[in-house]
Amino acid sequence: MIDSVASSIGFIVLLFFFGVGAMSVLIFRKDDKLANMWSSFFAIAGSIWGLFFAILTWASPNTIFFTVDSFAFPLLSIFFCIDKLSIFFIFVISLIALFCSIYGIGYVKHFYEKYSIGALGFFYNLFIIGMLLVVTAANGLFFLIAWEIMSVASYFLVVYDRNDRNNVNAGFLYLVMTHIGTVFIIFSFLLIYKFTGSFDFETIKSSVVVIPSSIKNIIFVMLIIGFGTKAGIVPFHIWLPSAHPAAPSHVSGLMSGVMIKTGVYMMIRFFLYILQPVPVWWGLVLLVIGSISSIIGVLYALTEHDIKRLLAYHSIENIGIILLGFGSALTFLSLNMPSLALLGFVAALFHTLNHATFKSLLFLSAGSVINETHTRNMEEYGGLIKYMPETAAFFLIGSMAISALPPFNGFFSEWLTFQSLFQGIAALDFSAKWIFIVSAGALAFTGGLALACFVKVFGVTFLARPRSQKVVHAKESLLSLRLGMGALAILSLLFGIFSGSITSVLEKVGHDIGVFRYTSSFLSISSNQHIVSGGNFASVSAPAIAVFLIAVFIIVLFATKYVVHKNQKIRMGATWDCGTDLTPRMEITATGFARSIITIFKGVLKPSIQHEIEYNDAESRYLPKSRTVTLNINDIYRIYLYEPLNKIFTILSERAKGIQIGNINVYILYIFMALFVALILMI
Amino acid sequence: MTTIFFWIIQLILVPALSPLGIGVIRKLKAKFQNRQGANIFQPYKDLWKLFHKDEVISTDASWIFRYAPFIVFAVTIVVGFSIPLLVSFISNTVTSDILVVVYMLSIGTFFLALAGMDTGSAFGGFGSSREMTIFALAEGGLIFSLLTLGLIIGTTNLFEISGTISSSYSQSFLPILLSFSGFFIVLLSETAHFPFDNPATHLELTMIHEAMILEYSGKRLALMEWASANKLLIFISLGANLFFPWGIAHSTDIKAILVSIIVFAVKLFIFYGAIAVIESSIAKFRFFRLPDLLMISFILNGIAIGLIL
Repeated sequence: MIDSVASSIGFIVLLFFFGVGAMSVLIFRKDDKLANMWSSFFAIAGSIWGLFFAILTWASPNTIFFTVDSFAFPLLSIFFCIDKLSIFFIFVISLIALFCSIYGIGYVKHFYEKYSIGALGFFYNLFIIGMLLVVTAANGLFFLIAWEIMSVASYFLVVYDRNDRNNVNAGFLYLVMTHIGTVFIIFSFLLIYKFTGSFDFETIKSSVVVIPSSIKNIIFVMLIIGFGTKAGIVPFHIWLPSAHPAAPSHVSGLMSGVMIKTGVYMMIRFFLYILQPVPVWWGLVLLVIGSISSIIGVLYALTEHDIKRLLAYHSIENIGIILLGFGSALTFLSLNMPSLALLGFVAALFHTLNHATFKSLLFLSAGSVINETHTRNMEEYGGLIKYMPETAAFFLIGSMAISALPPFNGFFSEWLTFQSLFQGIAALDFSAKWIFIVSAGALAFTGGLALACFVKVFGVTFLARPRSQKVVHAKESLLSLRLGMGALAILSLLFGIFSGSITSVLEKVGHDIGVFRYTSSFLSISSNQHIVSGGNFASVSAPAIAVFLIAVFIIVLFATKYVVHKNQKIRMGATWDCGTDLTPRMEITATGFARSIITIFKGVLKPSIQHEIEYNDAESRYLPKSRTVTLNINDIYRIYLYEPLNKIFTILSERAKGIQIGNINVYILYIFMALFVALILMI
Repeated sequence: MTTIFFWIIQLILVPALSPLGIGVIRKLKAKFQNRQGANIFQPYKDLWKLFHKDEVISTDASWIFRYAPFIVFAVTIVVGFSIPLLVSFISNTVTSDILVVVYMLSIGTFFLALAGMDTGSAFGGFGSSREMTIFALAEGGLIFSLLTLGLIIGTTNLFEISGTISSSYSQSFLPILLSFSGFFIVLLSETAHFPFDNPATHLELTMIHEAMILEYSGKRLALMEWASANKLLIFISLGANLFFPWGIAHSTDIKAILVSIIVFAVKLFIFYGAIAVIESSIAKFRFFRLPDLLMISFILNGIAIGLIL
């Protein structure tokens, strides 16, 4: 039984669940309720099977290879390779898909009779299949098909709420950007094929030495652009803050929690596995990209007042943190320090897992809020903790986890990332050392800014008084939504408490990759989750921190309540209002909260202020009738990268217009000439 | 047995001593202003008084506001326990890591800032905004200043740093000095002192920390005030015992411990005195000049790390 699950059959059954879910839901698309139940059932069952499969396959020592070939295409073989790295990603995908699907049961109810639930179920299941195929495909062409399934399915999910014009535009931007990325991936695959003569990852790996180093560098740059566009690294991230908010929230959770990680997966697969050995500067470039992405991501997050866009920017930040871990791993590996490389690799994987849990948690709770208030604008929230106490508690846990506060999971992966950067500072020579110093500084500042940002989000959304009537009608969400969020919140804590065990499991993932096969660990982990890095360089113990904090908290609470002045009277009163009426306008806004940080970073964020005053009497210009202040943030990458590119393309297109005369004879001449050139080239 | 004794000392020393430090600063400031000033034990009496008062809680406040003081205070106790105070030989490998201490302090800041926003008053909101702005920019300097010492010694365990840093003092004098300057700037910013914040003001244009706790009264205000005093003592102890580790007891020898108590008291007095002098002699900076100061702290530490041999 176990053997048959942990084999190719188990994986095909996994795909089958989602496949059947996707296809059969179309039959029931006329009945919204049934379609929702049906597709959710298959998604949930498939996810549970996926977890089951991942755990059982983990125990078996062998990598699963299998081919499904009955096609007449010589280059395309449907070739799967499921090693420990793939299992890890199957696990993450299934885990997040499980809770997003449970959440989805209740969440999609508000789409009833507005849009086709059948279509949603179809693309949702297809999207998960796409991701599962991406992390298991072992053939370049097959991978590209899987990549496209994933991208196109997620595109249709982004534009699902199609009555909103913005969503359609966001979807278009996403489609364009993701295909620009795919073009770069295709180019690099073709280059690889030119030298190795194969699209099979294993064959490429065994004959990677034949690729000249200059070509390898070109491949590296193209893959960074290709996979980086999907992962959302700066400056290829522009689709991310518009696409993620547009999708339904449980899909945003999946996209932000898991889909962008497939970009990270492919980078690991190529840079650490297939293209090894690699030059030192690849890792350093990844470190620089990671630092820039994390800082830019968190700064733009601070400027946002659309709650889902803000979370999307935090995804960019966290991808940056993952790349800091992975970049240091690659650098150490090239410098022949495999133990440290393993440390960085584990940090990257751990942060991938953690970010998947807390970011989907945050997206789901944001969706729960949006579902009740019908707006994404944080300035219209306020006081929601009284209307939606459980959602607020889940969001608080997510905020603490993403801000790396112990004992939640985010802290431990950032701790590991810090350790690998610290070791780089201690061990490396001049130029590499400074890149590590800057990266560690970027990570430190990112931590501080992320904390500031989540004080802003939580405070403005859930605390104080309602800022608009929309809040007053909010109620706590349905049970299925709370189940999905609650489970992820508990996981955020558990992944923190059991950080030691998870770290040692992730080291096994590393050992399964060729380059780390005989690497001794830099960490020593005892059974009570005590992690020690590098002899006695640093150590941390999650349960000790948790128990200690909670114990002291409880003692302080009881001592204050029951020992000192027991019969103290507590009176409820209004907030001090300085003698005026207490209005929502007295509370700080999201824009106001972040304004000082924006002013400090005005070199990067380029804020602009526009005043518009309309006077009662335009002649005298006293007594303004209305006054508007428009605050705006300019995107530097749009100004300095995309607009110039746009201009160049416009000019080129203008030039190209010259050959379009409109005369059909001329076009026939073009065809003839093309044919002629092709013939000559053939000979 | 002696170890347990020292752990208990670790647990209670910070909350027991911290109000005294505030009293010393106030007394010294009063002297600078040609005033008599209150007794140095006055902060204890203030806390006692607050603990016995009734309380008013805003109707807008949620459980965040109600429980934040306990969380903020508990964090300072745990952190106070995790840093070297009188002795360096007891070993704590679970909470004495640099990053653990820094991020545990962040928990306190997080809930303090949320509590400031919870009542929906205009003061609390901008207090939180300013606090988080300064906090975010100070984070890099704080981690890097402690990291400099960690890299010199080869461990980021605070007890081990305080136990062994004195031997590296001669060869790494410059990095330690630079990182201490960076640390001192962060100390002033994190503990709400000049030139960052004026702990004695309730003027809406300038207050930061006081703005956040403006709505508190009674026991909860007492805990908040006490926690902020604890935080000051925590930072001063870090500065005194990590950067100037002389006198700290390396063994259970009774003479060494007596010396360590006296030296610790002298060092604390110097630090509190320095803060009192700064508060009396310079003006509070304009808010948007503070980032420059914090960046200087970060850069000093960056250079310090670069200079380590």
